[in-house]
Amino acid sequence: MFGFSILTTLIWLPMLAGMLILFIGRDRATLAKWLSLLTTIVTFYISLSLWIDFDTTVSTMQFEEKVAWIPQFNIYYHLGVDGLSMPLVLLTTFTQILVIASAWDVIKERVEQYMGAFLIMGGVMVGVFAALDSILFYVFWELLLIPMFIVIGKWGGVDRVYATMKFFLYTFFGSVFMLVAFLYMYSQSGSFSILHFQDMPIGMTAQIFIFLAFLIAFAVKVPMFPVHTWLPDAHVQAPTAGSVVLAAIMLKMGGYGFVRFSLPITPDASMSLDWLVIALSLIAIFYIGIVALVQTDMKKLVAYSSISHMGFVTLGMFLIYDIVQNTGSAQGAALGMEGAMIQMISHGFISGGMFLMIGVLYDRMHTRDISAYGGVVNKMPWFGMFAVLFAMANAGLPGTSGFVGEFMVILAAFKANVWYGIIASTTLIIGAAYTLWMVKRVFFGEVANENVEKLEDLNKREFVIMATLAIAVLVVGLYPAPIIEIMHTSVANLLIQATTSKL
Amino acid sequence: MDLHTLLLAILLLPLFGSIAAGLFGRQLGRKWSHRVATFGVGIATILSAYNFWLFNFAGHEVYNASVYTWLVSDGIKFEIGFLIDSLSSTMMLVVTFVSTMVHIYTIGYMDHDEDYGHDDPYYQRFFSYISLFTFSMLSLVMANNFLQLFFGWEAVGLVSYLLIGFYMKRESAIQANLKAFLVNRVGDFGFLLGIAIVVMYFNTLDYAEFFAGLDAHKDTTISFFPGTEWSMITAMCLLLFVGAMGKSAQMPLHVWLPESMEGPTPISALIHAATMVTAGIFMVARLSPAYEMSEAALSTIMIIGATTAFMMGMLGIVQEDIKRVVAYSTLSQLGYMTAALGASAYAVSMFHVFTHAFFKALLFLAAGSVIVAMHHHQDIRKMGGLYKYMPITYGSMLIGSLALIGFPGFSGFFSKDSILLGLERSDVFGSGYALSLLLIGVFVSAFYSFRMFFIVFHGKESEYVKTHEIKESPWVITLPLVLLVIPSVLLGLPLVEGILSGSYFADAITIHPENDVLMKVYTEYYHGVWAMITHSFVSLPVILALSGVFLAWFLYIAKPELPAKIKNLCPRGNWVLKNSYGFDRFNEIVFTAGTKKLGTFFTNVIDIKTIDIGMVKNTFMAVANSAGAMRLAQTGYLYHYAFVMIFSLLAMLAWVMW
Repeated sequence: MFGFSILTTLIWLPMLAGMLILFIGRDRATLAKWLSLLTTIVTFYISLSLWIDFDTTVSTMQFEEKVAWIPQFNIYYHLGVDGLSMPLVLLTTFTQILVIASAWDVIKERVEQYMGAFLIMGGVMVGVFAALDSILFYVFWELLLIPMFIVIGKWGGVDRVYATMKFFLYTFFGSVFMLVAFLYMYSQSGSFSILHFQDMPIGMTAQIFIFLAFLIAFAVKVPMFPVHTWLPDAHVQAPTAGSVVLAAIMLKMGGYGFVRFSLPITPDASMSLDWLVIALSLIAIFYIGIVALVQTDMKKLVAYSSISHMGFVTLGMFLIYDIVQNTGSAQGAALGMEGAMIQMISHGFISGGMFLMIGVLYDRMHTRDISAYGGVVNKMPWFGMFAVLFAMANAGLPGTSGFVGEFMVILAAFKANVWYGIIASTTLIIGAAYTLWMVKRVFFGEVANENVEKLEDLNKREFVIMATLAIAVLVVGLYPAPIIEIMHTSVANLLIQATTSKL
Repeated sequence: MDLHTLLLAILLLPLFGSIAAGLFGRQLGRKWSHRVATFGVGIATILSAYNFWLFNFAGHEVYNASVYTWLVSDGIKFEIGFLIDSLSSTMMLVVTFVSTMVHIYTIGYMDHDEDYGHDDPYYQRFFSYISLFTFSMLSLVMANNFLQLFFGWEAVGLVSYLLIGFYMKRESAIQANLKAFLVNRVGDFGFLLGIAIVVMYFNTLDYAEFFAGLDAHKDTTISFFPGTEWSMITAMCLLLFVGAMGKSAQMPLHVWLPESMEGPTPISALIHAATMVTAGIFMVARLSPAYEMSEAALSTIMIIGATTAFMMGMLGIVQEDIKRVVAYSTLSQLGYMTAALGASAYAVSMFHVFTHAFFKALLFLAAGSVIVAMHHHQDIRKMGGLYKYMPITYGSMLIGSLALIGFPGFSGFFSKDSILLGLERSDVFGSGYALSLLLIGVFVSAFYSFRMFFIVFHGKESEYVKTHEIKESPWVITLPLVLLVIPSVLLGLPLVEGILSGSYFADAITIHPENDVLMKVYTEYYHGVWAMITHSFVSLPVILALSGVFLAWFLYIAKPELPAKIKNLCPRGNWVLKNSYGFDRFNEIVFTAGTKKLGTFFTNVIDIKTIDIGMVKNTFMAVANSAGAMRLAQTGYLYHYAFVMIFSLLAMLAWVMW
């Protein structure tokens, strides 16, 4: 559709626009908002060409760009996407529009900085998914922390300092190990290319260490038990848009890391340590689900729910070895992998919708405490409709996107080991319990107090945002085939890589 | 119009009505909303009738076709498609017909509502929901694969959730709908695992391919615990049946159904009596080729069904709420259907589904008519002597009750009697137990049905009745009653022969010849419809039913002072029944409170104390204390931290690189 370097545009257009907006000055908030919105829409429009021009028949990288960056160390500005990363790039550019729109009337203080920070984040996140050089990847990965750190620190809640520190330290702690792994592999191969890492032979001991280094980095990001406690705090303190970016996209970077790095680079270590990831995933699904049930803060509840749902992502990705062992063939592994990938997309929509919903309430009532609400639907019927829809999607109701990934992963998990399937299936009950119980307490019942009495239904802007996400949730739920088709070839290739020994 | 388009029209017309009334209800206004919704379902009914004729009389061959491919992964096709044969075409007609009656009835029933202001589009929303339900139920019965079955399965659960909680200001309603959804989810948990077994061993979700693969897996085993090998097909059938236990409210997953009566009465009729709760029965009948291969599964199903039929019937005796009496009778009847499945009498079970759909919808709508006349009071002790004020409702209730107790000649007689005849000839493990419980159940159901009937219509007029104006309901309410009376009386006559001989569902249900109890009934017992009726008057079931009616008359009309005395004589029994055997208490204490406690423990002890404080904070403090400089650095300015971080990162990079 476009003849130019699309990925570079997708990264730098929002970043440059964001920097420009930073310098626009505090007096021209309206201009900053419109410019930001325009940028995100144009970026999304351009990103659509990735889908239109995408060749689903090959597993190689597409839209590749490669320029020497630091030639002394063989570091390249190397970009490209395949069926695993392309949907995530689109998810990012799509979510960015909603993120900017969600802050429209809400942020009153230093609007230009806020908008600028989110635009920069948008570009950086695309960079993470598109980078094919490990140092470039690492730079984007770490760079993302800064605007997010600033957004939570400046526009966050009362305990924002604690939350930002926790957030920063956890993620930073995790990624240092990843960097060390990159450097080790560079010392062995003389290249920082991710594709090269995927092809190079690595001994078992080294693989184990690299795998663990990656695991720490990605597990923090996903996040997985027991390094998940930063997420609820970060969410609670973050402004709405921050939570949306965090849940919809940043968590996906962890999941993406497993398929881009862990499985193809350290297949033998993945095979011998898959039980670790699977155990942590099952803990996420069951244990975190039970924890979510008793939360009294809406954002914490949805944050825990995010962790629980991300458990399906990591579970789906590491099923292949048990499936081969249990059934003698890899039949079913692709089901789990594609389920994991589509769960990431779906979770982007649903968690985005859930956090935006909480934002809508918070903007009006300035509290996230479930007990401060009750009977909201009497005052906000349209909002109530969206709330029930997103809640049902979160509970994995068929026909919504939330069902697709969970269904596929559960089917595959059962193949790997009946108990994986059984534990994973408990989400059907637990997920419905914590989500619908919250909906009951917040939305249903008599109008609880005079603050609720004063609530007004969604305005046009909020309605459009909610409706957009609702349509996305339903379309993916009713017709997921197109997204799965994008992934097919790349997933098949990934599974070959993951089962080919490097020793 | 070719068949595919016809089927799509039947499926999508209700959805169209639902979207119109739901999203554009305010613009359309009340009249147009109910017109669009009712019209959509009405046309679907007419088309379903034509479709029914095609498949059951014109001899159209089974139609199995895909509508679209949902997704393909790992060589498994996930599809949306139709499997239309005698079973699904009959079910489609039942669903759309009852739904149309309920739509018409709703126009009258929901006209005024104290819970909502007149400007609230609750009326349009209600129509949207019942049309959406019709769509969901149709997609469930029309499915040709497990995926769509599960879609419909969960979608009817969603609508049921929305409708039980329709009066969303009432705490009892929103408690009930949450409970209904969660209990159903417990069933779906098993159901999903059943589907997972199907995918694991058959690599398909398509019914036809699944059936074709069954024989090859006759001796396949599955291991849940090391060292134990269970028949895979038995495990699969039982897990799928757990789903049926949720939807069709079999013990111990029945607890949601009585509380579902919090929803408006038309819904109780449509969803919680006539159609949705029969989804589980339908599913087992649909998958008869699989169930036929597992005697253990059949036996379990029979025992659970018979136990439910008896124990839930007993609870009907002590209810004071008119809707709850009917609800417990639904539970009990579902038990009959389930027990019949266990005897491989799928056809008769489905037969009872059909007749029950009509007479139970009739009973509910008649109860609703009484409730309207009583100005939304539901306690039968407040009623009495209503027969003279509302003759049409009275007649409908009488006919419905006679059909329910299996009075010879009425539709329910044929289906219920056939179930008992079939069970009598079954030699599955537990069939003796099941048959005895079901026979007692006949007496019990006749007793509680006519207890309610006599108290409400013939008992002494209460103060309330004397002091308030009670009048017959408007025509939009009585018309559906009259229309439902017809099948409630007549449906059995033309169908019974085809059902027993096996010719009716010949293309849809598979039975192993040695299990075919209905064939035995047909050859040994059946000598025509009239012989069946006349012979029944001297048979045990009808005698039991009539004595039940007599006892009800004796206790509540002849000697109305007796019931209280009996109650005082056995307080324990009364206590047990009033508390529904304690299932609710048990669930509340063990599951609800237990899970919350577990969650609090996890949060406080593991997340906060162990991870956050124990692992993270202490490590951090240890590092901080050892490096006293850290304290100086805690300036509180965020950008200082950020700066320090980036700087250290760069320093580290430099250090590693050089």
